[in-house]
Amino acid sequence: MNKNLGWKLGLVFATLLFFLFGIFGIPKGFSGRSLLASLQDRIHLGLDLKGGTHLILQVQVNDAVNGDSDRAVDRLKEDLRTHKINYTEITKPDPANTPDQIVLKGVPPESSSDLRNIVSDRLPEYDLRSGAENTWIFSMKPQYMADLKNRAVTQAIETIRNRIDQLGVSEPIIQEHGLGQYQILVQLPGVDDPARVKEIMQSTAMLEIKQVLGGPYTSEQEAITQQPNGILPPDSMLLKFNGIGRTSENSEEWYLVTRSSAVAGGDLRAGGASVGRDTNTNAPDVNFTLTNEGGRKFAAFTGAHVNDRLAVVLDNKVREVATINEQIHDQGRISGGGMTEQTAKDLALVLNSGALPASIKYLEERTVGPSLGSDSIRAGVQAAIIGMLAVLVFMLVYYRGAGINADVALILNLIILLGFLGYSGATLTLPGIAGVILTVGMGVDSNVLIFERIREELRNGKTPPSAVEQGFSHAWITIVDTHVTTIVSAAILFLFGTGPVKGFAVTLTFGLLANLFTAVFVSRMIFDWILSRKQRGEALSI
Amino acid sequence: MEFFHEPKIDFLGKKWYFLAFSLVFSVAGVLSMLFWHGIPLGVDFRGGTLVYVKFSHAPDDNSIRASLQKANLQRARIQRYGPPANNEVLIDLDVRETSEKALDQGKVQIINALETNAPAGKQDLNNSSSLTIANYLLEKDPLRAGTDANQRYSAQAQAIVNYRDKVKGGVLSSIDELKSAADPAVVSVLPDGFYVSDFAVRNVEIVGPQVGSQLRKQALLATVYSLAGMLVYLGFRFEWIYGVAAVVTVFHDTLITVGAFSLTNKEISLTVIAAILTLIGYSNNDTIVIFDRIRENLKLMRREKLSDIVNRSINQTLSRTILTAGLTFLTVLALYLFGGEVLHGFSFALVIGILIGTYSSIAIAAPILVAYQDWRSTRGRQPVMVAAGGAKAKPPQPKSVASNR
Repeated sequence: MNKNLGWKLGLVFATLLFFLFGIFGIPKGFSGRSLLASLQDRIHLGLDLKGGTHLILQVQVNDAVNGDSDRAVDRLKEDLRTHKINYTEITKPDPANTPDQIVLKGVPPESSSDLRNIVSDRLPEYDLRSGAENTWIFSMKPQYMADLKNRAVTQAIETIRNRIDQLGVSEPIIQEHGLGQYQILVQLPGVDDPARVKEIMQSTAMLEIKQVLGGPYTSEQEAITQQPNGILPPDSMLLKFNGIGRTSENSEEWYLVTRSSAVAGGDLRAGGASVGRDTNTNAPDVNFTLTNEGGRKFAAFTGAHVNDRLAVVLDNKVREVATINEQIHDQGRISGGGMTEQTAKDLALVLNSGALPASIKYLEERTVGPSLGSDSIRAGVQAAIIGMLAVLVFMLVYYRGAGINADVALILNLIILLGFLGYSGATLTLPGIAGVILTVGMGVDSNVLIFERIREELRNGKTPPSAVEQGFSHAWITIVDTHVTTIVSAAILFLFGTGPVKGFAVTLTFGLLANLFTAVFVSRMIFDWILSRKQRGEALSI
Repeated sequence: MEFFHEPKIDFLGKKWYFLAFSLVFSVAGVLSMLFWHGIPLGVDFRGGTLVYVKFSHAPDDNSIRASLQKANLQRARIQRYGPPANNEVLIDLDVRETSEKALDQGKVQIINALETNAPAGKQDLNNSSSLTIANYLLEKDPLRAGTDANQRYSAQAQAIVNYRDKVKGGVLSSIDELKSAADPAVVSVLPDGFYVSDFAVRNVEIVGPQVGSQLRKQALLATVYSLAGMLVYLGFRFEWIYGVAAVVTVFHDTLITVGAFSLTNKEISLTVIAAILTLIGYSNNDTIVIFDRIRENLKLMRREKLSDIVNRSINQTLSRTILTAGLTFLTVLALYLFGGEVLHGFSFALVIGILIGTYSSIAIAAPILVAYQDWRSTRGRQPVMVAAGGAKAKPPQPKSVASNR
């Protein structure tokens, strides 16, 4: 018996030390202040306690699909031309809802086998089916489309992380959110004014250089009426101008540009954007350099279009219009838009971090100011201490000697819980603190259950050792049942909840698991130890 | 010390009172949900913009409303928040004014509307981040700092912000207050670029309509899954009727708790749902303890009527039931009284739920078991009250069935 007690005591002390290390690490000193400092090192506080911004972003994955099918349209046109297949029209009927569909009209029946060959060779990711009157419908293979969308989200996360890292936000969390809804969760501790960060994240930084076909026009309507027959020429689009040189603040300018781009986002050399100054106005501008491949394309384009105009387009807005005087190789520049030093810096940052594969939309924003966070910590800790003291004192008064037992078990329960938070890197949120408090309230349930049973057995005339034995063995099944039901709820909460609520589920679950150890094993061990020191027949203080 | 010494209360004999009590509260809650306050949903579920503003003086609702209306925010709700001494106000824009396109428009509008006497070209020190302040200092360079300028000014800005947020509770009433917190040279250049307004934004919650409906669905699903989980687990551990009794009981608790939110017109937020899910697990605890005892007693007292066994089981566990509920209630009460405004709804749900949950495990769950058995015997069938036992391996015990008649 005594030998048995020895190893149990050893195990409990080892557990105690292990989790104390989890809470404090190796403390730098033993004063209250330095203990608190080591505590703060180990236990991560959630955004609701330390302040910061929580954002949920929706990746518009259809953009990525549209981009892919646009490129497919370009490839298809080229191949149809090289294979000398005639057609009347190639369109995307509904880019908003079915971004993956391409419709090809008016292909002569004798070319259909050639067309099939082209598609299986050059567009293997598309399914081809024939419709009425020589019409062919291309749609993206579902597997490929799913991959494309998922890739867009991963790439967006990567890009956003790049940008945020360059801003110097410490310990940001950027991860996929929800289940397959293409959402991203971004948490920025310490950022309580998210406007600038949001702008930087949202900029798709899609840089394109296109040929200008006409303009400027004062409105979209005017641009259309000026075209022959009042329709835009094929493969062209209207874009709004957003640069300097506008005649007045309120007027608009529109340009007619080619739909296809001479140079696109991927052609930008990584790290090739830098802030400079306009030589004439001394206003800040951004210079960029193209990759070798992009430079070749650009040189070919500018060589072929000397004396035409080109437009530098950023995020579907024209930022710069210039006449091509001679062949240009790999340099370009963006100015205008009323850029300040700051916005020019931000623009260079987003260009260098790469384009987003799809635009993003904000779904949710929560900002907790640091003053509220520290108030919450204070209130939460205060409530925890008061609640816990009330329980500890009550147990002492009600169960006397056994109350000490329960209190020791409860305190060990708390130490294990906090140590777990330290080891696992789980974050402590305000509802998490509530979870700690609830663990105290619910954890003591096990002790009460056991003690009441022991009292009952003693009343029925059992000797202390056998009453303890019976009390624990009867209460054990019940304790497991009650813990399982609470943990089931907490697990569901963990699956469905976000942020702070998840923190609550984590602390409650782990607190109750630790409670199984402390309330049953540790508490039993203390009883055994007390009983081993008592004379036969001596009463138990309970 | 002992509160209950071998109580012998006839709980089952009072079941009609219990039923009446439960009916009154459930019906009142349901009526309020249907015809009075509805189910007041927090911003998490209905979508919208919430801005928590702290003022340096007692806020005047009318002047706030006037400035908001000037900014064309007609439908804004203005509410006092927390204890009056905190001078806090919650401004609530509903989802129609939170357009999908510009999610934080509402916030910007509210802040701009409240900045009634902003000097031109100056920034509001109470609503500036440390980054803004550091950038400003870097530009002004009051300390003539050399290569470590970046670091030094960041530290100064951080000190200013810390003083404002941790010591002053978020709102400075004048720039001079900073003299004890930051370098005098730094403080002396601040008035050129900053002024102090009479408020600070403490917390912003903006939820788009899409997220709102998504969260609503999730909360409902989570509640249903929890209830189903209980049913399955208890059905597996006991007999299915025990599971049904427990789940009906927990549903009753949930209904009354949500009803209490409706009656008092408190908003149900994500954390309140967390509290309700916890309650679903917790209020089962008492029920399980009683059921466990019923199961145990069924084996010991084969000759007695089920209602006597149930009554005795409740009495035997009464001390434990009251004690643990009381202790958990104590901790939750501490949370409710001292846990701060943010957790108010959460702890309110727990306070109500623990009271109701304890009551219902005695007053609802056990009578359901007995009522079910009575119903079976009036139908002339053998009552099935097999003590299923934790171990599946045990063969069924037909003897206990026979002896129950």
